[in-house]
Amino acid sequence: MEITLAHYLVVAAALFTIGVFGIFVNRKNVIIILMSIELVLLSVNINLVAFSAYLQNLEGQVFAMLVLTVAAAEAAVGLAILVTYFRNRGGIAVEDINQMRG
Amino acid sequence: MLAAIAFYVLAAVAVMSAFAVISARNPVHSVLFLILTFFDAAGLFVLMGAEFLAMLLIVVYVGAVAVLFLFVVMMLDVDFAELRQGFLSYMPVGILVAVALFIELFLVAGATSGADGAPIALAPAAPSSVTNAEALGRVLYTDYLLVFQMAGLVLFVAMVGAIVLTLRHRPGVKKQNIAAQVGRRRADAVELKDVRPGQGLG
Repeated sequence: MEITLAHYLVVAAALFTIGVFGIFVNRKNVIIILMSIELVLLSVNINLVAFSAYLQNLEGQVFAMLVLTVAAAEAAVGLAILVTYFRNRGGIAVEDINQMRG
Repeated sequence: MLAAIAFYVLAAVAVMSAFAVISARNPVHSVLFLILTFFDAAGLFVLMGAEFLAMLLIVVYVGAVAVLFLFVVMMLDVDFAELRQGFLSYMPVGILVAVALFIELFLVAGATSGADGAPIALAPAAPSSVTNAEALGRVLYTDYLLVFQMAGLVLFVAMVGAIVLTLRHRPGVKKQNIAAQVGRRRADAVELKDVRPGQGLG
């Protein structure tokens, strides 16, 4: 029983779908939304590495590393914004965030 | 055969724990399930022959990002039960989008096959004479040197941004001022009074 490219793509598709679904159902909880974004980026990484193994080309892994970098930076800045927002407003409800405009 | 069993176990646990991430009642449990998902993804990377990236995933995600999430979840004093309201009301449209998305992605994944229509087996991308880390380094430090530096710049900017966002100067906090401490003279601190007998210091 050979594990093929399609197997990995299906796993990545499932993770991507779960990430998007998580953003939909946890509309009020920013922390879970950030975690869902991490799941989406992870599924992208699985796709990049799977195609890197399929095409026998290491550049996919280089780009997976860059996605990892961006995901780490995004998590750091997102959580910093969250902490500042919590300090200013005493809560992290998403629907209050539109009060920040202008 | 062993690789197939490992793949199915890792994939099943990854998908189930990913689902637990978005459905757990307690955000701390969500973070722990996120760590499990990353662990399984690292296992899948090892199966695909990307050992270096697997270790990087564990170090960066489990070691840094997930712990950062854990710190923030524990630091914020939020009523998470209140934030879960509306979970069911957003569920139908969420399921609709998710099912459509998954079917599309599944069809795309099922369409990948070789030129002769046979399914494609995966092999490690690096030549077997060098390790994956060495092969990756040879690509990263030559063709993608500029991109690598830009990634470092992204991390640097993110670090500065996070510090700037969360740094605050609280008024009224007492701090040690070493210069003032060392620069203190005897004349500033002590004074000799000539006390006359029987009168005291009026």
